[in-house]
Amino acid sequence: MSSAVISTSAALGRPFLFDVDAEPEAGLKAPGGTAPQACPERSRRGCPLEPSSPEHRRDLLSCTLNIPQSKLPPASIAPASRLEIRSTPEMISSGIPAIDILTGGLPRGCLTEICGPVSSGRTTVLLATLAAATGRGECCALIDASDALDPDSLAAAGVDLDRLLWVRCNEESPRRRRDPEKCAAPKNTAPAATPSGGKGGPEQSACDFDGKGWVKNESRRSERRLEQVLRATDLLLESGGFGLIILDLADVPPLAARRIPLTTWFRFRRAVEHKPTILLAIAQQPIAGSCSSLLLQLAVAKRRQNAARGAGRGSDLARQRTPEEGTMHCEGDCESIETAHMHLLSGLEMHVELIRSRLDRKPARCVTFETKTAWAG
Amino acid sequence: MFACIYIPNFAVAAALRAEPELEDRPLAIFDGKPPLEKLIAVNESAKGLGGAPGMTKAQAELCSELALRPRSSLQESSTHAALLDCAQSFSPCVEDSACDTILLDLSGMGTLLGSLPKISRAIFDRATGLGLKANVAAAANPDAALLAARGFPGITVIPAGKEAEQLGSLPTQVLFSDHREGGEKELANTLLETLDRWGIRNLRALAALPEVSLSERLGQAGLGLQKLARGARSRTLVPVEAPLIFEEAIALEHPIVLLEPLAFLLHRLLEQLCARLASRALSTQELRLTLELSNLTGIEDEFDQVGIASESDGSNETWGGQTASAVRRSAALLTRRRQTRFSRTLNLPLPMLDAKVFLKLLQLDLNAHPPGAPIVKIQLSAEPARPRSAQGGLFLPPSPEPEKLELTLARITGIVGEQQVGAVELLDTHHPEGFRMRRFVAEVARKAPVRKNPESAEMNSVVTALRRFRPPLRANVTLKNGQPTRLTCPKKKEVQGVVLWKAGPWRFSGDWWEHDAWSRDEWDLALRNGDAISFHRLVHDRLGGGWFVEGTYD
Repeated sequence: MSSAVISTSAALGRPFLFDVDAEPEAGLKAPGGTAPQACPERSRRGCPLEPSSPEHRRDLLSCTLNIPQSKLPPASIAPASRLEIRSTPEMISSGIPAIDILTGGLPRGCLTEICGPVSSGRTTVLLATLAAATGRGECCALIDASDALDPDSLAAAGVDLDRLLWVRCNEESPRRRRDPEKCAAPKNTAPAATPSGGKGGPEQSACDFDGKGWVKNESRRSERRLEQVLRATDLLLESGGFGLIILDLADVPPLAARRIPLTTWFRFRRAVEHKPTILLAIAQQPIAGSCSSLLLQLAVAKRRQNAARGAGRGSDLARQRTPEEGTMHCEGDCESIETAHMHLLSGLEMHVELIRSRLDRKPARCVTFETKTAWAG
Repeated sequence: MFACIYIPNFAVAAALRAEPELEDRPLAIFDGKPPLEKLIAVNESAKGLGGAPGMTKAQAELCSELALRPRSSLQESSTHAALLDCAQSFSPCVEDSACDTILLDLSGMGTLLGSLPKISRAIFDRATGLGLKANVAAAANPDAALLAARGFPGITVIPAGKEAEQLGSLPTQVLFSDHREGGEKELANTLLETLDRWGIRNLRALAALPEVSLSERLGQAGLGLQKLARGARSRTLVPVEAPLIFEEAIALEHPIVLLEPLAFLLHRLLEQLCARLASRALSTQELRLTLELSNLTGIEDEFDQVGIASESDGSNETWGGQTASAVRRSAALLTRRRQTRFSRTLNLPLPMLDAKVFLKLLQLDLNAHPPGAPIVKIQLSAEPARPRSAQGGLFLPPSPEPEKLELTLARITGIVGEQQVGAVELLDTHHPEGFRMRRFVAEVARKAPVRKNPESAEMNSVVTALRRFRPPLRANVTLKNGQPTRLTCPKKKEVQGVVLWKAGPWRFSGDWWEHDAWSRDEWDLALRNGDAISFHRLVHDRLGGGWFVEGTYD
């Protein structure tokens, strides 16, 4: 016996017809296991239509909604049972076992968001993911909104540099940058961007801070950078062939990042949907809404205590060094401890919380993992 | 066996190859110095309108429907090069008989390409693909093939031993079609007149003449002509090794200002270039576009006024007998002349052969670097390279297609600027920004991944990363006993607070032997700003003074 369930799409304001014949278990049944009652009008007319025919469904729909058939939308209604069922995405290792245990890995063909404040380990996770992806032989792309990537950290994390495409967004349009007199030299070589003596310092081209005006300027810069990020992402998604595409918005102010329209994230989600690509966005706060299939929140754990204890253990070694070789001091509310330089950033505990996952209904779980410094060996 | 490719009405064919849209229109090609220009070639439609070679340009202009084009040596040379490419794609032994005629030796081609009619059809199709309407003939000897190609339209295959029979219907003028200038032309006219007086008007009649009588009257020349007419003359080919120069050019009657019509012409040139490269089984890794801009004409006039002979490359000037001012003026003009030639070079990471991709790349490049003046001549050349052999691995992860990737990178470069996209290459230096950007190549990325021990990979992966501020942020630092205790950063409010932990200083210096020497002390510190704790790298520039926040540990 066939029956139908009427639902309403909030987005379109149009009714959806769920085909119960195709998937009997999906249909609503009466509490006692009985099927819904047949349309009284149809029973009255003795409708000769086949129970599973489209005409029958329209008839049923008009009866239930009490709307004449002529006012029903035409054949645009698709049975939900015939809608494409989203397959479970392939999960890929993030390069950090703790995160893999927490989430099962990063889903291919989906958008993943990693959020957290400054120094919460977002870039550390990013580099670990890159190292894992390039280690698998995949091509990766990093769209760097703030031009903040440190190549030495990349190499220290074990990223295969040949497989990484780095897109460095900036505040100036290419046309303006081409004018050598108006603009600073390109930052492809090291000497142009380093603080070297007697050359006025690295901030010569930057504007001075003058209260409100500077803030406006900063907003414009963020907009320019974001525009470049979005356009570059569109192009890379369209190009295909990348195993991992990362949008690094970690230094973009949350207010500016939230100005990215939700439709853009929907577009990205659709673009990456049937591709073997992981789209990863790094930001200070969640910005993609429900478009992200996986949302991880990072936080600085209470790791200074541990680090301090570790520092204390290494103090004997450190005391033998001269101050210029590297000492560690604690001030403020901490007792003064001297230790080796390597202990300052070693043993940082990164706290990762799973906020949202497409695969889990109530995913709230968290893990903690430790990091080490590149120079700790 | 031999084959001959002949392009009838070569000047018109060269013009049609550059402008295929003129094919259905009456077209006439003129040559000469104004105002004495005369028509040298017309197509069939133009003949129908009364146009004929020898007419003056002024007479031809009376017919408004007639499209008049000047003779272009550039177009003719590229058409001839295309013809050679077509022939060499079939046989390595090719004779360059004339600008419109190529002979090729087909010995041994049967096993490779099939029967003679099949080979002839393939040659014809290849020539058509290169934009040439050719007559193709195949015969047992080269001269018979040549006569057949010049005499019969389309494809002609003459079986061995039937040359005289097949060639008999051709007019005697075919024998003299390559005698076009000077003494040869006069001799040809004399012989033709003689034969005409005898009533000999086709090759069959000439072939039937008694040899002794013909020899008595016309000598060895007559006997040679008779052998030709019988298709019995045999000789060896004089092979040429065509240089691998792939260049197409077009001179414009009216200057082009907008990029859109330029792209239209570039597409045509690129398709021709790609077809030529494909016929030689080659690709290209470097495309050079040279545009001549319109103010060059004015400069040439000025050159004439100054009275200095100038060569096209601007290097062989003769300066004798000139005053100092004239020399100076000429030097300035030469500089301007060089400026009026606009060149762009596309270096591709891998050999490619896709006209559409090349066009897009050129468009993006020209959008970023517009020529800045109207264009009067376009020249496009390709550096040939062996096509890449791609062996896709079944178990290798997918990587971007090189052509698509190149387009994507060009587009992204247009958005973020040059040197802002690519792969990172670390330099052998301790400099804090010791790296440079290089081109991202998918083919390099396609190499097999290095397998690491999973444990060691994990150990390497979770490394605290640094995020750099570019340029570094200037900071105000409060010192106590030479140690930073408080930090404020005017340009970034988030980077300020009490120093909670610190490690340092670490002293680095380098390049002291060069102009860009650097020396600095580095501190790693933890800042407390309210409840938040953040980690930063603080740098003291020991040469220039000042404190800078170089980055954040994240």
